[in-house]
Amino acid sequence: MGYQLNFGWIPQYMPVLLHGIGITIYLIAVGAVAGCILGIVCAWTRALGPVWARPPVAAYVELIRNTPFMVQLFFIFFGLPSLGVQMNELQAATLAMIVNLGAYSCEIIRAGIQATPKGQFEAGASLAMSRIQTFRHVVLIPALQRIWPALSSQIVIVMLGSAVVSQVAAEDLTYAANFIQSRNFRAFETYIVATVVYLGLSILLRFALDALGWVLFPRRKAAR
Amino acid sequence: MIEFTYWDIIRNLLLATRWTILLSLVSFIGGGLVGLIVMSMRISKNRIVSAIARGYIELFQGTPLLMQLFLAFFGMALLGFTVPAWLAAGTALILWTAAFLSEIWRGCVQAIAKGQWEASASLAMSRFEQMRYVILPQAIRIAIPPTVGFSVQVVKGTALTSIIGFIELTRAGTTLTNATFQPFLVYGLVALIYFALCWPLSKSSQILERRLNVSHNRH
Amino acid sequence: MSLITVTDVRKRFGENEVLKGITLEVGRGEVVAIIGKSGSGKSTLLRCINGLEQINDGAISVAGAQLLPGEAALRQLRLKIGMIFQSFNLFPHLTAGRNVMLSQQVVKKTPAPEAEGMARRMLEQVGLSEKFDAYPDELSGGQQQRVAIARALAMEPMGLLCDEITSALDPELVSEVLAVVKQLAAEGMTLVMVTHEMKFARDVCDRVVFMHQGRVHEVGPPAEVFANPGTPELKQFLGML
Repeated sequence: MGYQLNFGWIPQYMPVLLHGIGITIYLIAVGAVAGCILGIVCAWTRALGPVWARPPVAAYVELIRNTPFMVQLFFIFFGLPSLGVQMNELQAATLAMIVNLGAYSCEIIRAGIQATPKGQFEAGASLAMSRIQTFRHVVLIPALQRIWPALSSQIVIVMLGSAVVSQVAAEDLTYAANFIQSRNFRAFETYIVATVVYLGLSILLRFALDALGWVLFPRRKAAR
Repeated sequence: MIEFTYWDIIRNLLLATRWTILLSLVSFIGGGLVGLIVMSMRISKNRIVSAIARGYIELFQGTPLLMQLFLAFFGMALLGFTVPAWLAAGTALILWTAAFLSEIWRGCVQAIAKGQWEASASLAMSRFEQMRYVILPQAIRIAIPPTVGFSVQVVKGTALTSIIGFIELTRAGTTLTNATFQPFLVYGLVALIYFALCWPLSKSSQILERRLNVSHNRH
Repeated sequence: MSLITVTDVRKRFGENEVLKGITLEVGRGEVVAIIGKSGSGKSTLLRCINGLEQINDGAISVAGAQLLPGEAALRQLRLKIGMIFQSFNLFPHLTAGRNVMLSQQVVKKTPAPEAEGMARRMLEQVGLSEKFDAYPDELSGGQQQRVAIARALAMEPMGLLCDEITSALDPELVSEVLAVVKQLAAEGMTLVMVTHEMKFARDVCDRVVFMHQGRVHEVGPPAEVFANPGTPELKQFLGML
């Protein structure tokens, strides 16, 4: 084979790569935290909330889960401005991540809530806690603990999916790779480097989420 | 400038949807075949074979599908021939699908009680015969709901192939947006078409799952 | 000549040595009961004889065929000796009849009509001729275990290994399974049984093997072993201390 792989360009473009990595980490950090909060609220609504609020939440969840992330992103970035909602690339990307993970985490967390033994709700009520208090103090943490592995996997999937935000020119890792390969004419090597970085990020993210699980649920056994 | 009626937009999107469906089918079927091989390797008693399969799965599940598409596209180009977008798209999607299906199916095979392997072994069946006649018929039953569920991910995954220039639903949406300057309408329609493709799959996966649980509880 | 020969067999699970040098011979037509506390290694020994566990040291042979690693050798061995499990392990996706037919067809390549004829005879022998088309989840535990026996018998083995085959059964279902085993013993089938049914062991078996901490601690005819246990461990096990 005549082609020689060449990675000599890496030092020159390191700042660009690092900037892209930073944006990707920012996106997943904000997306995961806000997305999970949104997911908890939606899951509460669907499982225990007022009956009138359940159908709209269900529609949101189904709509997001059954359309591609990229179309959601395009809709937010290109479509919403025609309604007068103006956003820059990064804001649109962040919003799309939150909305996307919100829907997925809603379904996952709801499963965790619904696996709660009835006695837990009754015990909370018997201690004169309100429904919200019971949810907040008795139900939520064990529910999250039950589904933590599934939620972690979903967060990693959403992080990998974030590569698409480069398509609206949000300057993430993929955007950096696109930029670099247009300058160094080494598309294959550039994307290999980006792929390896993504692999490292997903391993680190998984590790971080496992660690967070240990902190959030120290030696507690979820009631099943 | 050409005027587009609503009907023009919808018609063009539906025409492009054919390619989304075709690519989804090819990826799903191809991914299923490769996935079966990867799954067999993954549960092999040979540690090296199993480790290779594990590495494959880690790699494809741990990196973005978009990167896999880029690498297929530019990597195949390095081998010296021009790569049509559909070929790179199909290859990457098949490999990606295989990684996920093989893990889903491994879970199903491992959900079959160990006693089933032992009983069939004690009846002098070879490992292949145990798999073929005893384990798989049981595993397939529980594998159907999650497999149908994953097909939704495949359909949605095909949207990314627009980035490497494969003309399917999302790509058609972008083109139409550029021609009509109506992104809200066009991307809204694109989303609805995806929803119409995916929602029945999601729903049937849920129904199958529920039915399976009911029949399990009969024991 | 003995059918099963176990020579100085050792088996470890990690650090834990479960079998510490077992030597045992089982003659043709002999019925042997293996008794002992849980964890004494009796089930492991049975599983080793069938090649479900790989032994770390020693040798096992059945009717002159050595137990060797590798699928072909295992297949030969397993054709000579069948196994019945505590948890029945019927194939839930097949009817009782198909359960009995499957490995005849797959392993022995017996044509379907013959395999079916054999299956019907075997089910009749265990008293379940009318259950040919029933699925396992439509049968009681005792019936399932009898189907499992028919399934093993259909392969025409020289001997059967029975691993606590009544332990998972409700008490009222134990006797129907033991009756089948008793009949097999009367017909001259070689049986090696791990069992907790002491009365059955005393009535039916030719020899009782008491295992303790991974070793054969005491062997003898049931009358002797149960009446005059020679060691304090066996006395304690039999509740005589």
